[in-house]
Amino acid sequence: MINKVKQVFDKSGSVNRTMWRILVLLIFAVIALSGIVVGLAKGAVNVPAATIVQAILTNGAGVQEQIIWNIRLPRIIVGALVGLNLALAGAILQAVMKNPLADPHIIGISSGAGLAGIIVLVLFPTMEYLLTPVAFVGAMAAAALIYLLAWKGGIRPIRIVLAGVAVSAFLGSGISALMVLYSDRVHGALMWMVGGLTARSWPHVYIILPYSICGSLFAFWGAKRLNVLSLGDEVARGLGLKVEFTRLLMTAVAALLAASAVSVVGLLGFVGLIVPHAARLLVGADYRFLLPASALLGMGVVTLSDTLARTMFSPIEIPVGILMAFVGAPFFLFLLRRES
Amino acid sequence: MAILTADKVSVSFGDKVILRDLSLAIEQGEIVSILGPNGSGKSTFLKALSRNLKIQTGSILLDGRNIQGFSAKEMACHLATLHQASRAPGDLTVRDLIEYGRFPYQHWWKGNEKEDRLVVEWALEQTSLSELASRRVNTLSGGEQQRAWIAMALAQKPRILLLDEPTTYLDLCHQLEIMELITQLNKEQGISIVMVLHDMNHAARYSDRVAVLCKGSLYDSGTPVDTITPTMLREVFGVEADIWLDNKGRPVCLAQSLTASTSACKQQSED
Repeated sequence: MINKVKQVFDKSGSVNRTMWRILVLLIFAVIALSGIVVGLAKGAVNVPAATIVQAILTNGAGVQEQIIWNIRLPRIIVGALVGLNLALAGAILQAVMKNPLADPHIIGISSGAGLAGIIVLVLFPTMEYLLTPVAFVGAMAAAALIYLLAWKGGIRPIRIVLAGVAVSAFLGSGISALMVLYSDRVHGALMWMVGGLTARSWPHVYIILPYSICGSLFAFWGAKRLNVLSLGDEVARGLGLKVEFTRLLMTAVAALLAASAVSVVGLLGFVGLIVPHAARLLVGADYRFLLPASALLGMGVVTLSDTLARTMFSPIEIPVGILMAFVGAPFFLFLLRRES
Repeated sequence: MAILTADKVSVSFGDKVILRDLSLAIEQGEIVSILGPNGSGKSTFLKALSRNLKIQTGSILLDGRNIQGFSAKEMACHLATLHQASRAPGDLTVRDLIEYGRFPYQHWWKGNEKEDRLVVEWALEQTSLSELASRRVNTLSGGEQQRAWIAMALAQKPRILLLDEPTTYLDLCHQLEIMELITQLNKEQGISIVMVLHDMNHAARYSDRVAVLCKGSLYDSGTPVDTITPTMLREVFGVEADIWLDNKGRPVCLAQSLTASTSACKQQSED
């Protein structure tokens, strides 16, 4: 169905192809917006629409207004920003690593943040307030370590992928060891390992927001470069692109985007892998469209999934990470089979 | 004055010497073919000329200026390269691909859009791809794809075009089509051409000059008729061949048998 519509647009020239891409962007924007609206409206307590609007505009003191202003709104903003960050990071890494399976895991973000987070949660549970900054440092340290290990007179994507697998396995053994040794304390850690938005509030928004803004600016600035890079290293160099520098810079941008997201919500998987793929299927491989499309779809997917995850078995919330993996993995297989 | 000069260029990977003291000057408006057996360093030489590879000693001069002193984009405005077996990603159309050739002229999000459009149209015309402009590159035939990549290189508005085995993987008709296109670009647009070729007869027919590499050194260079000789084919390629001159005085070569003792150049390439 989608393909048929797409063909009609494709056949009638490049002007209509641009129209099609803008149409998809608009649809993704609507999805993102509805994710935010539905997330505000739905929850354990039913709040009338008028009160929601009033709460956002006036930050009133009533219970319902407080629920909207201090619980639902910041949680949705965190969710939207996390979705945006992870989807952008995944899209960037897929171009930089020339690997369709690249996602923030591949540069060690998850294992680094995972080990650092587990150390805080299990060994120093009284210092839980340090979880986010420590996880961020862990994520960036792992990414830097992988880059150093893969460096050999220059950087080759395949060496990053292999070094990433090795470092992730190494750090993963540390995570497992701690979980076994302190099995009585793993409950909180477990919630964090699957990734969730429970009790995320304004402080978390302030942590992630600067990275989302800077990261998006850098990503969109790099869109044309990522396009040229996807033609292959030699061709890109021939066109006057500083290939090594671009790869280093864009990997760093992806690392910051993903590390800030993971440090706030835990190891939320699949957004970085699947959202860019789905977006690519619809808008194509041109990064000037693919990046905004991934960003919007990432916002929509995470906010909608989180709303579903916290209302589905109400009053029990399940971490959004579980739902995303449950829905995401089959969807990924579906995409995989369609493409071949 | 020579437009592109290699002066005593040496390249080695670890202990293995790929190019040894190689010197060659390309004159403005010339077509030069580089010949040599597998492993003689032809592609490496082309990569060194396009700055895709660091050279250990010697220098490469463009207009008498060391290419190390050029910025990446500046270099791309003078010199374009057609690589072997390039693949276009996914849904890229011919026009998209050619537009990337304007990258070295663009800064930030804006460039001179009007000029970019004119150059892209010009490149489409030169390569006879106007009708295929909105087709996806990876749905085209091998010859058409090769023309699309040449069109991208043309959009760089280069004065020098380097081509690495431009006709490999193409059938006879498309091979000729590409060779004719290259000649036309040279004659009409004055673009200097340096290409690596495997086919002696193409080199003889289309080049002003050929350079023969052997074990990373220059064996000989000169006009096709002076350079493509039975002695050269025996010593460099280890092949006994008959050579005739066609009605325009260009050599035509037919390999008859392998030389009894393997040549010095062949041995290098096989170890």
